[in-house]
Amino acid sequence: MLEIRQLSVAVEGKEILHDINLRIGTGETHILFGPNGGGKTTLLMTIMGFPKYKVTQGKIFFKERDITKLPPDERARLGFGISFQRPPVVRGVKTSDMLAACLRKRASEEEIDRLAVKADLADFLDREINYGFSGGEIKRSELMQLMAQKPQLVLLDEPESGVDLVNIALIGDMINELLEKSCPIYDRKCMGLLITHTGHILDYVNARTGYVMYDGRLACEGDPHEILATVREVGYEHCVRCQKGRILDDWDKIK
Amino acid sequence: MTGTKSSKILKDKARASANKPAALGEDIDLKSYVSSAEEQPYQSDPAELPAKTKAQMLDAGVMLDDISQRSGTYIQMDNAPVHSSIKQEGIEVMAVSQALAKYDWMADYWWQAVAVDADKYTANVELNQHDGYFIRALPGYKTLFPVQACLYLAKAELAQHVHNIIIAEEGSELHIITGCTTASKRESGLHLGVSEFYIKKGARVTFTMIHSWNPEVAVRPRTAAVVEEDGLFLSNYLLMKPVRSLQMYPAAECVGENAIVRYNSILVAAAGSSLDVGSRAILNARGARTEIVSRAITTGGNITARGYIEGNAPEVKGHLECRGLILEDGGKIHAIPELKGNLAGIDLSHEAAVGKIAEEEVEYLMARGLSREEATATIVRGFLRVDIEGLPPLLSTELRRAVEASEKEVM
Repeated sequence: MLEIRQLSVAVEGKEILHDINLRIGTGETHILFGPNGGGKTTLLMTIMGFPKYKVTQGKIFFKERDITKLPPDERARLGFGISFQRPPVVRGVKTSDMLAACLRKRASEEEIDRLAVKADLADFLDREINYGFSGGEIKRSELMQLMAQKPQLVLLDEPESGVDLVNIALIGDMINELLEKSCPIYDRKCMGLLITHTGHILDYVNARTGYVMYDGRLACEGDPHEILATVREVGYEHCVRCQKGRILDDWDKIK
Repeated sequence: MTGTKSSKILKDKARASANKPAALGEDIDLKSYVSSAEEQPYQSDPAELPAKTKAQMLDAGVMLDDISQRSGTYIQMDNAPVHSSIKQEGIEVMAVSQALAKYDWMADYWWQAVAVDADKYTANVELNQHDGYFIRALPGYKTLFPVQACLYLAKAELAQHVHNIIIAEEGSELHIITGCTTASKRESGLHLGVSEFYIKKGARVTFTMIHSWNPEVAVRPRTAAVVEEDGLFLSNYLLMKPVRSLQMYPAAECVGENAIVRYNSILVAAAGSSLDVGSRAILNARGARTEIVSRAITTGGNITARGYIEGNAPEVKGHLECRGLILEDGGKIHAIPELKGNLAGIDLSHEAAVGKIAEEEVEYLMARGLSREEATATIVRGFLRVDIEGLPPLLSTELRRAVEASEKEVM
């Protein structure tokens, strides 16, 4: 289980996240909605432990262990994995090198090839990572690296943005495999937190819990499909106007 | 190449320029070096050389115990050739003094690409001529394995003056690996090396040069290439070991249509090393192309990384890529990419970047489970990895091995 308690986070001295509380049980997938600039990516980056995101208050627990101060590599080795929205180009480092790094002891040519075929990136293994990749290729490459890593906590930052309709089903399949969606929930070892701005990925990935995040606060917990339907109807502007986080059931009254 | 310059004219020009400082780089006091050394015994079997010497040469890519994967071998210690041999028909490898005696047409090549009076270093190579290598591929012949050449500084405080001539006749293919190194890992020395390349119509030359000097050695190579129609000159330069002062700015001139020149340089400057290294391509014929790539890392030394492309003919194309990485404070990298276009319809571009390792890249790799040290090492290794199109696999492997062998000292 991932548990976040009363978390506040500052970036370059400015507090971005305020008093976040979140619990993701093993086997569950939670969805983060919200307008751009609302703090969704900041939350994911903080969970992964990047030093730029300073925890000013609160704690993060993974399997009941306080990991608030661990660097990202140690979190990765504990089973955290993140797909970046805009990963950097690392010149001279090939896609196959990245897969080998993710696979660690399990690295073999066969496994690297298998993953590349699965992500439809077989021709990309010799290319420098992210160099000249299209938006969709970046997403598939990120998910492919996660499949190599086999994380228990899967953090996905807008995995469907910039992906065309042909590839979105493939992206969905990869996410479902990462989250062990084919297993019943009690057999899964993984959990996921997924950012989506548009919600398109919900047509492919099943989830029961969602939140709207805006202005650095987590609010409006509820069924992601209902949240999406509401957001489509009234827009995120409504969330910005609504200064109090509410449970979705109250939304009818707000409207 | 026209006319024959008499040796007197050359000597006169050289004498007039004997003290002429070079346009670039620290002015080396030639008087602080000795110019004569004892004769070195000729070795008919290079494997008979002392083990320590062979190990030093191997560091510079020259393998002597087993020369089955070499089409030819030339070794010069100080100012004397100690071995030359060939293993393949159609390839000539010999001391340049021998070639001068054998071929009266050598004057057509001698100081035809490099000006004898360019600076005091070229002038002194002419005035204190101490051999060098002559490597030639006869028309249509292709080397199966590379030819190797080693220029070795054995005596301390010596000035080594060499003049090399490389000719790839029409339709030939010549792959060369040269290593330059010193016996002493601390005493001073000076290497002055003139190299002139003549790449005839449709010929291909790859030239891979590995330098392994010491922190007290000064080096002034003076290299130029003339590339004819459909010819290819691919030059790779690797310098990862300390050196006191090294300045070179080789130039390749494409004189024939569709000639191609490619340079790749990997430079590492430790504290105390001063490097001023660049590559120039002059595109003088329609459709000529060039690509110049350099990677410079400083761990405390100073690097000036230059590049120059000049387009003087229609439909020429050139790209210059110059990237520098500062791994430790105290080091400096000055990238100077230059482009000069002299007519419409040419396509020249460059990209240059100097900086430290991007934290974002380190964190990206850390998110995949690599420690900070592993992530940094992976990025540096990637930075140094230059995949060289057109280099035979054997040489690619050897070049990669040479880079890997020095990587640890960098990190």
